[in-house]
Amino acid sequence: MKMNRRSFIISSAAVTGGLALGFNLPFGPRVVRAADGSPEINAWVVIRPDETVVIRIARSEMGQGSLTGLAQLCAEELECDWARVTTEFPTPGANAARKRVWGDYSTGGSRGIRTSHEYVRKGGAAARMMLVKAAADQWNVSPSDCSVSKGVITGPGGRKTTYGKVAEAAAQLPAPTDVPLKDPKDWKVIGKPLKRLDTADKVNGKLVYGLDIKLPGMLNAAIKDSPVFGGKVASFDGAKAQSMAGVKKVVQVGDSGVAVIADTWWHAKTALDQVDVKWDFGENGKVSSESIAEQLKAGLDAQEAFVHNTAGDANAAIASSAKKVSAEYSYPFLNHAPMEPNNATVLYTDERCEVWCPTQNGEAALAAVSEASGLPISKCDVHKTILGGGFGRRGFTDYVRQAVLIAKQTPGTPVKMVWSREEDMTHGRYHPIMQARLTGGLDEKGNLKGLKIRLSGQSILASARPEALDKGKDPFTFQGYWPQGEHSLEYTIENLHIDHAMRNTHILPGFWRGVNINQNAIFLECFIDELAHEAGRDPLEFRRSIMSRNPKSLAVLNAVAEKGGWGKPVAKGHHLGLAHFRAFGSYVAACAEISVRDNGSKVKVHKITAATDCGYAVNPAQIERQIAGSFVYGLSAAFMQECTVKDGAIQQTNFHDFNSMRIAQMPKVVSIVMPSGGFWGGVGEPTICVAAPAVLNAYFRATGKRIRTIPLKNHGIEMV
Amino acid sequence: MARFTLNGKSTQVDVEPATPLLWVLREQVGLTGTKYGCGVAQCGACTVHIDGKPVRSCVTPVSEVEGKKITTIEGLAKNGALNRVQKAWLEHDVPQCGYCQSGMIMAATALLSAKPNPTDADIDAAITNICRCGTFQQVREAIHAAAKAKA
Ligand code: FES
Ligand code: FES
Repeated sequence: MKMNRRSFIISSAAVTGGLALGFNLPFGPRVVRAADGSPEINAWVVIRPDETVVIRIARSEMGQGSLTGLAQLCAEELECDWARVTTEFPTPGANAARKRVWGDYSTGGSRGIRTSHEYVRKGGAAARMMLVKAAADQWNVSPSDCSVSKGVITGPGGRKTTYGKVAEAAAQLPAPTDVPLKDPKDWKVIGKPLKRLDTADKVNGKLVYGLDIKLPGMLNAAIKDSPVFGGKVASFDGAKAQSMAGVKKVVQVGDSGVAVIADTWWHAKTALDQVDVKWDFGENGKVSSESIAEQLKAGLDAQEAFVHNTAGDANAAIASSAKKVSAEYSYPFLNHAPMEPNNATVLYTDERCEVWCPTQNGEAALAAVSEASGLPISKCDVHKTILGGGFGRRGFTDYVRQAVLIAKQTPGTPVKMVWSREEDMTHGRYHPIMQARLTGGLDEKGNLKGLKIRLSGQSILASARPEALDKGKDPFTFQGYWPQGEHSLEYTIENLHIDHAMRNTHILPGFWRGVNINQNAIFLECFIDELAHEAGRDPLEFRRSIMSRNPKSLAVLNAVAEKGGWGKPVAKGHHLGLAHFRAFGSYVAACAEISVRDNGSKVKVHKITAATDCGYAVNPAQIERQIAGSFVYGLSAAFMQECTVKDGAIQQTNFHDFNSMRIAQMPKVVSIVMPSGGFWGGVGEPTICVAAPAVLNAYFRATGKRIRTIPLKNHGIEMV
Repeated sequence: MARFTLNGKSTQVDVEPATPLLWVLREQVGLTGTKYGCGVAQCGACTVHIDGKPVRSCVTPVSEVEGKKITTIEGLAKNGALNRVQKAWLEHDVPQCGYCQSGMIMAATALLSAKPNPTDADIDAAITNICRCGTFQQVREAIHAAAKAKA
C-alpha cells in the first residue's frame, strides 16, 4: 500500500508523541509550534494551554534514566510544576533543519547529562525569563517585581497568572541573551530522588518500542548477514522460501546479507531458515579464538607499543627492587545483548525516507538513512523510540542501514526489520579482547617502587572511529590509566610505564557499557591486591599508601571499606575484597562480600557496597539503580559470558550459551552516592568496573587462588 | 483456526498451528506488550498466563492453547485499575528500559497467586527472567511490597 504524506504524519505522531513544526504566517512575530499547536517558548520548552510543560529531550533513553535527569535540569531553572512535566524527543531531522538547536544526540560514554547540563539548564532558565516577562508586560510592571513558583507567576499586590496563560505572549518575545543559572545550593529539583517520568507505560504493556511499531500496510523482514565479519554472499537460493506462507520477497541486502520480506515476522523468519546461502568468507574464515589469543600473546612481548603514561624509570626500578611480581591477565569478547533485539522500521519512497528505531545516536542514524537511501538529509528523518536497552550497541547504525536497504526494495510500503536473537548474538560490536602483563617491584619494606602494564589487544577507535586516533594511538584503551583527565590513574607511582601493543582482529569491537574500564580495572585492581599480598600488607592500607594525593579517590575507597566492614569481623565463611577506579570523570569503589563452597567451585556474592562521587548527583535514586544494574551487567560477564570465535564466526547464539544473571544470584547492593560538588561525572558506566575485581580479590582471600582470566565459568566456578 | 479466551474475550485466529503464541499475540491479535527476547524459553520476556500459570509463549505453539484462558500484560488491569504488582512496580520505580518488565510482572503476579507471602527463596525460584538492565533489587522489593498490599 502507498502511504501519503498526511497519513504518514499521523502515524508518526502516534508512535513518537508527535513533533511537527509549524510557523505562524504571514504576520506578527514568528512562533514555532508543537504538533498540537502549543507554542514553543524556546527549543527546549513547550507550554500547553492546560499548563502541561513539555520538555524536549535530545539524548536517547535506554533505561539509564537520562530522560528524567535532563528534564530535572531544565525544570529546575524553569520553576515549573514537576507534576505537569512531560517529555518528547525532537527528531534528528528537525535538529538538522534548525541548525542543531538541540546540540548533540549521541548517548554514550556516560555523557547524556554531564555534557549537556549547562545548555539544558539555560534552556529552562531562558524560558522562565520569557514567561515572567510576558506576565510583567501584561501587568505593566518590571519582571524583577514578579516571582514564580511551580508555574504560577505572582506580581505586585499578589496578582497571579500561570505559564499556560502567558505562553502565547512569551513565545513572541525575543530570547534573553544573558541567562544566569542558579547556585547549586539553591537547587530544589536537581539532586532529588524523583521517580522516573517514563514508567507508567512500562508496567501495562503500552510503551511502543521499536519492535512494536505498526504502520498501515507494513510488512516484516528477517535478515541473515554473513556469519563472518567481512564475508559476502556468493549466491543464494530463495526458491523454497519464496513459496512459503506469507512470503513476499527474498532479497539480497548489500553484499553481505539476505532477507525475507513477509506479511508477519514469524513467516519471514521461518522462511529465512529455508534460504540456502553460499558465503564467501575470505581469509577471515580461518580465524579462531586460539589464533587471536596467539596474536595477542605475541603483543605482550612486542618491541613497539603506544605509550600513554610514564614516570621515572620503571625498568630500572623494577630490576633493582627487592621483590619482583609479574602476572598475565586476559579479558574476552562480549556481546551487549540488550533485551530488545536490533530492529528498524522504514518507509521509503523516491522522495523521502523515514525510519523508526531504537538508537543511541539519532543523528548518526539519520546520516545512515541518508547514505543508504541515497536521499539528502532534508528528505530523511528518524523517529527515536525508547530503547529496550542499549549499553553501547545502538550507537552503531549497521541495522538501520540494513533496514533501509531492504525497504528500498518495497518502495511505498513500510517494512519492519527485526533481528532474531541469534542474529543479534552473532553480529554484535563486541567488547574488545585484551591481554595484559603487569610487573611490579617492591622494596624491602613492601613499598611499590615501580609498575609496568603492557596491554595487548584490540582498539575500538581504530575500527569504529579511526579519525579519533592520536597518531595511531587509541587513548581510550587506557581508560583509568591516564596521567590526568577524566580517566586518570589515581595511584601515585614513582616509576611507571603503561603501553599498548595494538592487535586488531576482524571481529568488530564496540563500546560496551564501561568500555575499556572493565578489563583495565580487573588488571590493575587485582594486581594491586597481588602486590599487597606479596608485600605482606593489608590491601586497603597498601592502596591508601599510594593514593594520598587523590583525596576524592581516597574518600570513596574509605567509604566502602568503612561501610562494607573492612577490618571488622565478618559472618563466618564470608570474605571481603576491594577495588577502586576513576572513569568518566567519576570516582568509584566497591567492597564485595562473598562466600565459597564445594572447593571454591560455587561462589555466592552476598553484598557489594559501592561508592560513587560523580560531582553533582542529579537524581540519587536513579544513580543507585544504575550502580546496582551495572553490577548485574558486569558480574554476568565476569562469571558467565564470553564470545568465542571458530572459523571466523562468533559461536554463541542465544542466552543458553551467553547467560545472564538472574534474581537468585543478585547480591544486595548498598550504594553510597557521595557527590562532592564542583564537577559533573558520569554515572551509567563508571561503577560497573569495580564489581568484578572486588569479587575476584575476595575470591583470593577465600581460596588463595588468583583468577586472572575471565569468565569464571572457564575455571569451573559458578555463581550461585 | 485457533480459539482461546484472551484477557476475558473469546478470540479466534487463522494461523498455522505451529505458530508460537508469542507471535500470534503480537502479529495476529496486535497486542505487543508481550515481548520477544530470545525465542528459546531462556529470558522470560514473553511470559503470559495460560489458565493462570506463567508460561513462555515463545515456545508455546498456538495449537496447545486451544480452548484455554490466556492473560497478557494488557489484561492485568481490571476496570482500568492496575493490579497490585503493577502498582508496586510504579511505587518502587522498578523498570529501567522496561523491555523485560511485562514478563517480570506476569511472573510476579503468578507467583503471588500461588504464594501470597513469598519468601526470598520463593522469589529466587519463581523469577527466572533475564533483565539486562539489572532491576532485580527493585523487583524483589516490589514483590514483597505487593504481597503486603494484598489484592
Ligand atoms: S522470548 Fe520467550 S523466553 Fe525469551
Ligand atoms: S528493565 Fe531493561 S531489561 Fe529489564
